[in-house]
Amino acid sequence: MSTTVTPPPKKLNRLGLEVLSYKGAKTTLCAGCGHNAISERVIECFYELGVQPWNVAKFSGIGCSSKSPAYFLGLSHGFNAVHGRMPSIATGAMLANRTVLGIGVAGDGDTASIGMGQFMHLLRRNLPFVYIIEDNGVYGLTKGQFSATADLGSKLKTGVLNDLPPFDCCALALQCGATFVARSFSGDKRQLQAILKAAIVHNGLSIIDVISPCTTFNDHEGSTKSYSYIKEHDEVLNEVDFVPYYDDISVDIPEGAVQEITMHDGSKLRIKKLGREYDPTNKFDALKALDEAGKKGEVLTGVFYIDTQKPNFMEMLHMEDAPLATLPESKTRPPKEVLDQVMEELR
Amino acid sequence: MSTTEVSPAAPRSGEFHHPVVNDFSIQVATINGSGSQTANSVLMRAIFQMGVPVSGKNMFPSNIQGLPTWFTIRASKHGYIGRKKEVDFLVAMNPETAREDVMKLDSGAAVVYDEPLKLDALRSDLHFYPVPFDKLVGPVCPEAKLRKLVRNMIYDGIVAQLLSIDMEEIHKALFKQFGKRKAKAAELNWGACQAGYDYANKTFTKSDPYRVERMNATSGKIIIEGNSAAALGCVFAGVTVVTWYPITPSSSLVEAMIGYLKRFRIDKETGKATFAVVQAEDELSAIGMVLGAGWAGARSVTSTAGPGISLMSEFVGLGYYAEIPGVIFDVQRVGPSTGLPTRTAQGDIISTALLSHGDTKHPMLFPCSPEECFSMAIEAFDLAEHFQTPVFVMIDLDLGMNNWMADPFEYPTQPIRRGKVLTAEDLNRLGGFARYKDVDGDGIGYRTLPGTNHPHGSYFTRGSGHNEKAQYTEREDDYVNNLDRLARKFETMRSHVPAPVVEYKAKAQVGLIAFGTSHHPVEESRDQLRTEYGIETSYLRLKAYPFNKELPEFIHRHQRVYVIEQNRDAQMLGLMRLECTAEEIAKLRSMRYYGGLPLDARTVTDDIAGQEGK
Ligand SMILES: Cc1ncc(C[n+]2csc(CCOP(=O)(O)OP(=O)(O)O)c2C)c(N)n1
Ligand code: SF4
Ligand SMILES: [Mg+2]
Repeated sequence: MSTTVTPPPKKLNRLGLEVLSYKGAKTTLCAGCGHNAISERVIECFYELGVQPWNVAKFSGIGCSSKSPAYFLGLSHGFNAVHGRMPSIATGAMLANRTVLGIGVAGDGDTASIGMGQFMHLLRRNLPFVYIIEDNGVYGLTKGQFSATADLGSKLKTGVLNDLPPFDCCALALQCGATFVARSFSGDKRQLQAILKAAIVHNGLSIIDVISPCTTFNDHEGSTKSYSYIKEHDEVLNEVDFVPYYDDISVDIPEGAVQEITMHDGSKLRIKKLGREYDPTNKFDALKALDEAGKKGEVLTGVFYIDTQKPNFMEMLHMEDAPLATLPESKTRPPKEVLDQVMEELR
Repeated sequence: MSTTEVSPAAPRSGEFHHPVVNDFSIQVATINGSGSQTANSVLMRAIFQMGVPVSGKNMFPSNIQGLPTWFTIRASKHGYIGRKKEVDFLVAMNPETAREDVMKLDSGAAVVYDEPLKLDALRSDLHFYPVPFDKLVGPVCPEAKLRKLVRNMIYDGIVAQLLSIDMEEIHKALFKQFGKRKAKAAELNWGACQAGYDYANKTFTKSDPYRVERMNATSGKIIIEGNSAAALGCVFAGVTVVTWYPITPSSSLVEAMIGYLKRFRIDKETGKATFAVVQAEDELSAIGMVLGAGWAGARSVTSTAGPGISLMSEFVGLGYYAEIPGVIFDVQRVGPSTGLPTRTAQGDIISTALLSHGDTKHPMLFPCSPEECFSMAIEAFDLAEHFQTPVFVMIDLDLGMNNWMADPFEYPTQPIRRGKVLTAEDLNRLGGFARYKDVDGDGIGYRTLPGTNHPHGSYFTRGSGHNEKAQYTEREDDYVNNLDRLARKFETMRSHVPAPVVEYKAKAQVGLIAFGTSHHPVEESRDQLRTEYGIETSYLRLKAYPFNKELPEFIHRHQRVYVIEQNRDAQMLGLMRLECTAEEIAKLRSMRYYGGLPLDARTVTDDIAGQEGK
């Protein structure tokens, strides 16, 4: 009998890559920071979906949250831009190469304050892109000042009370044109995974507002973005299941209880109603649900809205299918006769 | 004593002996929004078609309708195309400014004016031609609501008759202007022109000396605005991503580009575009998209003016430090702040050269003509990709928005240069790469593009401290190494950006340095300085920043060197001070103009002659 033990075969995804190929550098964020859990989910989702890592580009602004692209998908191109202005960088890059899959991470400071203008216009354009808001209600990196998503009456560690109402980034996303809008919690592994996977295959702009507690500056009594507060107030709107197109297992769906949405690539998003009547393809249902939850002090999570039909920004521009970035000169420099013709017209 | 009693200084009707041929300026004073552009362009083009060098300058207000506007057409047999300070022939159509316009004229000038204004009572040393525009327009334009527009064409006929401009050329220019699709409108306007001509023919005895005679100095040439030329340059540079936010005087650059792109860059078979144009929400976003696109491998461009440049500051620093190509046109206007948005200046020189916080510096190109707007647009993209950095093309309102006579543009002889970009095959060969390593000693690293089909093709771009491998660092040595390499890259640039045009004159003690549109008045001023004051000058025209070795050489060879520029603070001279030796600096003098009008030769000559003690 041989003494050598063959190691168990490495787990590989459908591209033959192991999960290591989807990891990034070691995190430098605080222990317990919600942002780290989100990075883990990103790694799992891309691995499980079998997305080619070097066909992904990741983007961020500035903040603790915006550091996290360094901690996932180490084989993808990454761009840590300036505070709040990740949307324009991402838009430019997507225009240059429409074949690359784009994912962005931004803080609530990035999104709802300094970058509000860019966020709104990104929504309006429905760029095919995954935008994750790592929402902790504070500016982590500048040491805990309130952000514009902090709830009215929530308290800073220093005792300061927030006396302004919050922006609800999901409500804005709904109103301004995003075609996939969801909220989740960094601590809800299952829900976040399903939502992220759906966002990754969605052929339009996905906004995922992930409540991601800041253990260092906003996890205390009086905070409405602490782990314990969210656990107590998380109101799950619907249960989501993501079934990729290549996993064609047919399940018996009980009539009425589950709404199945076919995504762009044939994958299925199964949305199970939890008690209430709710149609995630109806914007007004979504806005109403958010409004009601807000009034009750609940943190509503789940998939709020999905529209798989609306043309995205790339489609509207009628560009070549090949990336603009690498079009040959024969396509991008008109011949001499064209210049001669223009000169003739100007004589 | 009343003004009417002053005996006329100029000869009266029919008394002049020396005709002034092809060397004068016409100024048309109208009201913004009255549709005078067509009449003015037609007049300018007709003179051009007669082979006489012309230039046109539109002095317009920041307003859509109702404020005064002036259009100056200069005919110059010497080929001077800078603004002429003196107005020789005024067409006074604006009651509000007519009085002041007339009072400003030099003695002996001619005035065509709307009869009811009774301008002839103001002075007796001018040649007056009253025209009853309202009476003339009625019969040629039955439709009352069009009369306001058609009225202007009458002065084209009047001026043509008085200046001996061939009516056939007016006809040709007019129909070219309107194009085939608007033939009916052209006919209507042509009727107005003829009415003007006939009226002048039967009413006036010419008493002023000005006239146009056919020459052969414009054959083969074109007329184009600098902004359109730059736009064409981008199209032929292979631009792929265009972003913008409207602002005068830059908007027409992108609008022209969109027009050309739609005509020439959509695949005829598939109907698909080889470009993307985005009207962004602001300049922050416009430059962000340019950098995102440049990073991902597109040839990206945006165009703006000073206020937009200010907004772009933070991002441009990122572009510099993270080393991302992008082309930015700055069509300069008068600042600070909103300033005079429709007037020209060269006022963004220092702020653009050093745009953004920390140690940053950026290459700038200074076109002086439509030809250079075209060629430098192409050069800018090549430089941006070669040096992996934002490149600025510094136009100004005068060049960008006015019509200029130009030689037809030359089709680029060199293929597009995409810079140091590694492909998957390169990576197979090399095994990997370090993004910010100075492999070739020129300060320029190798980059890869997102989507490169290779597991080791990626790197992480950041505006925070990074080492050669693009990893995050706060180490002192990494930081210094990187900044020093960036400085080396800037040094390499000196011999790659377009070299200045230098003309040494034997025995000249005085050197002149200018750039951009100042070139045209400076050329004329050099003749004035020589003939009027006996001052011989050498001349260096800057085409780019960073400066190259010709600049110190030029300074050394002269006793005094005047840097001529259109801003208050001698900005270009300031940039030179940063690099010149004390000995060189001691020789530098400054000539500045910052009133918002295109610089004119007389102003340059008076200033320099004064500083030279003449
Ligand atoms: C122009 C600019 N202003 C201010 C800052 C300072 N700053 C860095 S991160 C940050 C806020 C980060 O908050 P958030 O986006 O919520 O991210 P978090 O750290 O909470 O994840 C601020 C204000 C900056 N980097 N740039
Ligand atoms: S400060 Fe807060 S947001 Fe930043 S890493 Fe620490 S826990 Fe996370
Ligand atoms: Mg935050």
